[in-house]
Amino acid sequence: MFQIRIHGRGGQGVVSGAEMLSVAAFLEGRYAQAFPSFGSERMGAPVMAFCRIDDKEIRLREPVLDPDALIVQDQTLLHQVDLFSGLPARGYILINSTQSFDELGLGGFVRGVQQYRLSTLPATELALKHVGRAVPNAALLGGFAATTGVIGLASVLAAIREKFPAAIAEKNVAAAREAFDIATHAREAIDA
Amino acid sequence: MLKQTEGSHAVAEAVALCRPQVICAYPITPQTHIVEGLGEMVKAGELVNCEYINVESEFAAMSVAIGASAAGARTYTATSSQGLLFMAEAVYNAAGLGLPIVMTIGNRAIGAPINIWNDHSDSMSMRDAGWIQLYAETNQEALDLHIQAFRLAEELVCPVMVCMDGFILTHAYERVDMPTQRQVDAFLPPYVPRQVLDPSDPVSIGALVGPEAFTEVRYLSHHKQLRALGLIPELAAEFKKTFGRESGGLIRTYRSEDAETIVVALGSLNGTVQEVVDAMRESGSRIGSVSICSFRPFPLAVLREALRSAKRVVVLEKCLAVGLGGIVSDGVRKSLSGIQLNGYTVIAGLGGRAITRASLTRLFEDAERDELEQVTFLDLNADVVSHELERESRTRRTGPTAEAILRRIGTVASQIG
Repeated sequence: MFQIRIHGRGGQGVVSGAEMLSVAAFLEGRYAQAFPSFGSERMGAPVMAFCRIDDKEIRLREPVLDPDALIVQDQTLLHQVDLFSGLPARGYILINSTQSFDELGLGGFVRGVQQYRLSTLPATELALKHVGRAVPNAALLGGFAATTGVIGLASVLAAIREKFPAAIAEKNVAAAREAFDIATHAREAIDA
Repeated sequence: MLKQTEGSHAVAEAVALCRPQVICAYPITPQTHIVEGLGEMVKAGELVNCEYINVESEFAAMSVAIGASAAGARTYTATSSQGLLFMAEAVYNAAGLGLPIVMTIGNRAIGAPINIWNDHSDSMSMRDAGWIQLYAETNQEALDLHIQAFRLAEELVCPVMVCMDGFILTHAYERVDMPTQRQVDAFLPPYVPRQVLDPSDPVSIGALVGPEAFTEVRYLSHHKQLRALGLIPELAAEFKKTFGRESGGLIRTYRSEDAETIVVALGSLNGTVQEVVDAMRESGSRIGSVSICSFRPFPLAVLREALRSAKRVVVLEKCLAVGLGGIVSDGVRKSLSGIQLNGYTVIAGLGGRAITRASLTRLFEDAERDELEQVTFLDLNADVVSHELERESRTRRTGPTAEAILRRIGTVASQIG
């Protein structure tokens, strides 16, 4: 089972992001479960959503306490929420930011004992460019596909098309594609 | 057809496949997405021959449902929490009049303190209203139970509540197999009422009944529920034949045949319980579980059979009978009349508190050592409770309890789980 926890703020599409991720996994023939954190979801308040992906039926209903990957939609949460709670060594972290992880002060987590596989992605900028609104979730899913390899880009794009009306979907698809390319290059640079 | 969708949406589609003729709706979290989905289907012309009535309150929703059902229409509504309490009088009337209304409960806590999250306090408050109550473990079962519920309700002329955990199921995206219209039509014939308000053949419904006949009318509603004990498994078996999967029934056992410790629970919690059972079995524990699907009628005989060889039973309840302990436990203990085994009540998941594998594992290990109290509150924060009790013993004017506790706990937005 692969477990993902998405952190963001109310209005950024945290719940929709988890739902689309579950649809993408379903389209690949796998079992998936997505659900919100059941917190008070006000605009701007810290919110969470969860996604589990497995090859068999998922019975577990607890919140994702031990994630394999984190998606952080808002970097200002880094100093507010215990984001990395439960993440094991070598866990994936994808942060929506124009800054590098050293600039964010997270270099120690990458080089230290945790050896987190951390990457940053300017998802809000990609959303503004393609969608015209600061909704980073589709771009982050494209980045997530490239960073983790857990899910294919084609499935992510299909899930985006299932979620949104055609015109908006294509804009989000463009954001997700560019994010995928950026994250792929970043990953190749690390691997090299 | 397999699809990945939200639980509420899956239920809305399943209800639409049942060809309801009247839907009364008043929104309340976490049930809202269901009636919204149905409203969209009616408006888009996907659900035909159905009148969708927006009402001004839950009391009106059930009252309109009573009128529609008495006029011979297949009738559906949904609610949660305070909404169910507000319609309480009409809920009893629907059962007393013998009207086969189907209602979804998106299970949610009852205030005060106000809380929008999941537990079973709402549907449990109506457990003796004369409705059949079925609890869904998964979104697949939730949608399947609605198809069975209309059939069950109409065969018995008794209303049925399908209870699904608010947020945990209603807002969860997971895989469901949506049946075809043809399959549902084959299982659920058109509604033929036993009683109908028809101007061309007038009758009155709802007579004043005095002491001379009230007991008999009540006995017959009890008798109806006892018949349901036979009909529910029959319908589940027929459902399996038509749709090819297990859903519903009275209870479901999991690795309980040789178990010394058996956990009993209702609803979506069973999935997490089964995960813990598997993990503890790996390390040699003889533990199993039983999921109760039909809470009304309460399946005393099959439960007795499932539990009788165990050494102890742990009943996990998402509802508190204040001043007593458990509600489900009462029924479970009644089913074990004359059988000597240790019984424990555990109150868990109130107001949406997460029920985790870690907490359940500790709990079940304590149970195996028979180190549990008769009534245990899972993950109770003893520090907060004792601080508040101490404060109350020192000061007269302590102010409201909930606010004092929130101040002590501080911000929760930063916590996970």
